[in-house]
Amino acid sequence: MTRVAAVVPAFEEEAAIGAVVAEIVAFDPSIDVVVVDDGSSDGTAAAAAAAGATVVRLPFNLGIGAAVQTGFRWALERDYDLAVRLDGDGQHDPAELPKLLAPIERDEADVVTGSRFREEEDGYRPPLGRRVGITWFARLVSLLSGQRVTDTTSGFQALNRSGIELFARDYPSDYPEVEATVLLLKHRLRLVEVPVRMREREHGSSSITFLRSVYYAIKVTLALFIAMGRRYAVPSEGVER
Amino acid sequence: MTPVRISIAAAIGSLLLILIVLELIRGRRLKERYALLWIVTGVVLLVLSAWRSGLNTIAGWLGVSGYPPAILFAAAIMFVIAVLLHYSTVLSRLTDDNVLLAQEVALLRARLDALEQAAGAETTARPAG
Repeated sequence: MTRVAAVVPAFEEEAAIGAVVAEIVAFDPSIDVVVVDDGSSDGTAAAAAAAGATVVRLPFNLGIGAAVQTGFRWALERDYDLAVRLDGDGQHDPAELPKLLAPIERDEADVVTGSRFREEEDGYRPPLGRRVGITWFARLVSLLSGQRVTDTTSGFQALNRSGIELFARDYPSDYPEVEATVLLLKHRLRLVEVPVRMREREHGSSSITFLRSVYYAIKVTLALFIAMGRRYAVPSEGVER
Repeated sequence: MTPVRISIAAAIGSLLLILIVLELIRGRRLKERYALLWIVTGVVLLVLSAWRSGLNTIAGWLGVSGYPPAILFAAAIMFVIAVLLHYSTVLSRLTDDNVLLAQEVALLRARLDALEQAAGAETTARPAG
């Protein structure tokens, strides 16, 4: 039987995390949910545990990238076949998981990302500033990877064993999803996007202000180019996977 | 030509730097691997301040015609930048190690929690005795 781990990074999500965990468990009780509490000072860990998740508590805040990586390391240590990643704020609907897992089950992909911007589904129109940033990274990553990528900031993902192994070993830190795309490409893993619907945040607000976005946009762009120039221990061109 | 007083002051300064670094190493307050660049800095500055004709020659090569001691400043600044850059790499490595340790601690604690829970369930299931 295929064992699936759901990795849920959470920081100060006391209000939302219980429902997120319960929803995943209700959708498929065979999925083991691991909540990575990224050094929250509120009751995130207790709420997640009460809802039936395994909780991995980081001793202090490491940031989203390292938190997600902790979850993948957990899944790797316990030999899970597949991992899915959902955000702790409830914007990812577990009902969409079969769509994410399908390409992996057909062995057409190593990593599948849920995209909000594939035309087939619409409904999510972010404000102009964010749209500019999202378009910039989508274009840039598409150009660098030679395949069409529409949503580079989506944290709604499914991974097979190769994907788990890669991300457990090496995962970028800020806005990790953008750089992770390049990492996948460099390691010759197959990335597939599927259209999904995401919900608006139920609690709290996105912590991203304008200046911060500009700062991150510059930083991540720089990191992308550096990642492209980095050498990795990867299978050589001719090797069939 | 460099004024003699500048040469003397610079030599004393460099010598002091070397002595302080050596003393810090002796007291185990500075690790050798982080001190090496400081010692090289001190030695280079000492040589440049004591070897007055050498300083002039180097100034001539670099087109510094008016004031050879400027080479002393330039060398000092260059080495300070090298030391800082070295520290940035050390800091980056420490940050990575720190993240790895935090993750390891968290994963171990989760494992321990699970073990204790299992052990607790076992002891409550069996009457103590």
